[in-house]
Amino acid sequence: MIMNTEKPSETGKSPLKANGNGHQVLSERPKPMVTSLKTVMTKMTSKPRPAAILPIPTEDPERTARIRDRARTFIMPLVAIFFVGLFWEIYSSGQGVVLPGPIKTITESWKLIAHPWFDNGPNDKGLGWQLLFSLQRVGMGYSLAAVVGVLMGILIGKSAMAFKALDPIFQVLRTIPPLAWLPIALATFNQANPSAVFVIFITAIWPIIINTSVGIMRIPVEYENVAKVYQLRGSRYFFKVMLPSAAPYIFTGLRIAIGMAWLAIVAAEMLTGGVGIGFFIWDSWNSSRLTDIIVSVFYVGMVGLALDRIVAKIASLFGTRGD
Amino acid sequence: MSEAMNDQIAENEAKFVDISGVHKLFGSGKSRYHALAGVDLRIAKGEFVSIIGHSGCGKSTLLNLVAGLNMPTTGSVAVNGKEVSAPGLDRAVVFQSHSLLPWLTVLENVLVAVDSVYPDKDKKFRMEEARKYVDMVHLTAHVNKKPAQLSGGMKQRVGIARAFAADPQVLLLDEPFGALDALTRGSMQDELTTIWEKNRKTVMMITHDVDEAVFLSDRIVLMSNGPAATIAKVVEVPIPRPRTREALLEDSHYLEIRKELLHYLIGTGMHSAAA
Ligand SMILES: Nc1ncnc2c1ncn2[C@@H]1O[C@H](COP(=O)(O)OP(=O)(O)OP(=O)(O)O)[C@@H](O)[C@H]1O
Ligand SMILES: [Mg+2]
Repeated sequence: MIMNTEKPSETGKSPLKANGNGHQVLSERPKPMVTSLKTVMTKMTSKPRPAAILPIPTEDPERTARIRDRARTFIMPLVAIFFVGLFWEIYSSGQGVVLPGPIKTITESWKLIAHPWFDNGPNDKGLGWQLLFSLQRVGMGYSLAAVVGVLMGILIGKSAMAFKALDPIFQVLRTIPPLAWLPIALATFNQANPSAVFVIFITAIWPIIINTSVGIMRIPVEYENVAKVYQLRGSRYFFKVMLPSAAPYIFTGLRIAIGMAWLAIVAAEMLTGGVGIGFFIWDSWNSSRLTDIIVSVFYVGMVGLALDRIVAKIASLFGTRGD
Repeated sequence: MSEAMNDQIAENEAKFVDISGVHKLFGSGKSRYHALAGVDLRIAKGEFVSIIGHSGCGKSTLLNLVAGLNMPTTGSVAVNGKEVSAPGLDRAVVFQSHSLLPWLTVLENVLVAVDSVYPDKDKKFRMEEARKYVDMVHLTAHVNKKPAQLSGGMKQRVGIARAFAADPQVLLLDEPFGALDALTRGSMQDELTTIWEKNRKTVMMITHDVDEAVFLSDRIVLMSNGPAATIAKVVEVPIPRPRTREALLEDSHYLEIRKELLHYLIGTGMHSAAA
């Protein structure tokens, strides 16, 4: 599935829009390998056909090549994962190495892996809950950053004066590492949770502002002239010219921002405490549960990947200029 | 109606588009560029005027002044007795680079203009109105396509439909067929004449094509080369309408005018604009 979602965002076009005829394009899109193999299997097993037509692979050499290609893109990463795991296991089994190997990790932390939704009170929850609490904070900070960031981006993209005034400030603020904001936030809000949300907000907002303003400034003169001559104003200008024209830039900003937000939440939670994957990792470290840390870190990576893919997918659906 | 008012209307119609003493300067200081120097041009209501001149002489600049996309440095531009101060629906533009909004369908692109003309009418009425203009340029079968799925000629036709849908008083065409091949260009010209014969709009068209200018126009305005370009010559085209290509070749004026135009263009520029 990953490579499916990657394709459209690489070309910057939604394949549906590229050809217009949705069915045609959909059938051209690479299907996941499993379904392709299944169709081959059914073709080969249910064969009330004469033997002469049996060699199906020669039927369409291009198709078999495609299947082989797809199989490789799935199998090769698995091979790589296997070898990484193998070397890790070998390294960990060495004399005096503290890092637990993959087998030890899975066996010792099996309770954590198998029961993500256990709930034994506020201080002992499964990984699912921990991630959900973190995602909730990210969701709040990120949504806020998206709304404020897009609006600010439009403002400085549209007004040369606002750009001149605010751009230098933004350029300084955006280089400040996320965690440097935390003490300020704690001092201001006096509470852990709003502070973590604020750190996410302040981390995610800069790429959104900057990309949106660039997108607004780069609205082609032709479209601006169309809007002027044919009197597109107010909300019609906003929805028919400005937003679609800047959308690819806005979504680029949103995608960079979600990655940065997820990077920041783990660090922020380590310092603020409470339920959340960041503090869970920190807590595991304090109680020397190394295998729990490894499992958590793995989940953090998977969730980060999923977030990036989701935003990329949305971007490929809406974020194209269509030309 | 009083005598004075009638006189006023007649005067406005004679100089429906009134460009007088226009100078246009771009930039400032060292990069200052004197694009137009003392342009005077009057276009009567319902007249079709073409503007020919070498590349970069300032044709688009002049057209944009009438459109209101640009303001003259000195001098004035008025349409129907009103000073031009901003773009408006009374002056629709067909842009050189079709300039359709790529995320909208053919119908939606035309609706952009219709919605502005009839903001108070209901959706059904506006859709029908837009369809009418899509039909007019023979794109009925393609209403729901996006510009990327259209050929160059079809895109230009959508641009023309959009301009007519604005129901303007003046139509401003900036090399509308410049990007098309000779064959498509010919049929587009035919289409434009038929549409124009039906509802005689005042038209100001920029072109590089001498034959196109003669075929379509009542008058042809020749511009001198920049910097400080101005109107060098105005050629009348007294060929009766409706015109057809075959009849044109027979017409005694045709070859004469064509020769005059080519003579001027080849004489003033190193590039032949007739190519
Ligand atoms: N916004 C601008 N700033 C500075 N100079 C400009 C600007 N717009 C046009 N010019 C200059 O004015 C001159 C006339 O430009 P214009 O676009 O009107 O030419 P044109 O006759 O339409 O040419 P073409 O036939 O190639 O379209 C050119 O030399 C151009 O460089
Ligand atoms: Mg031009």
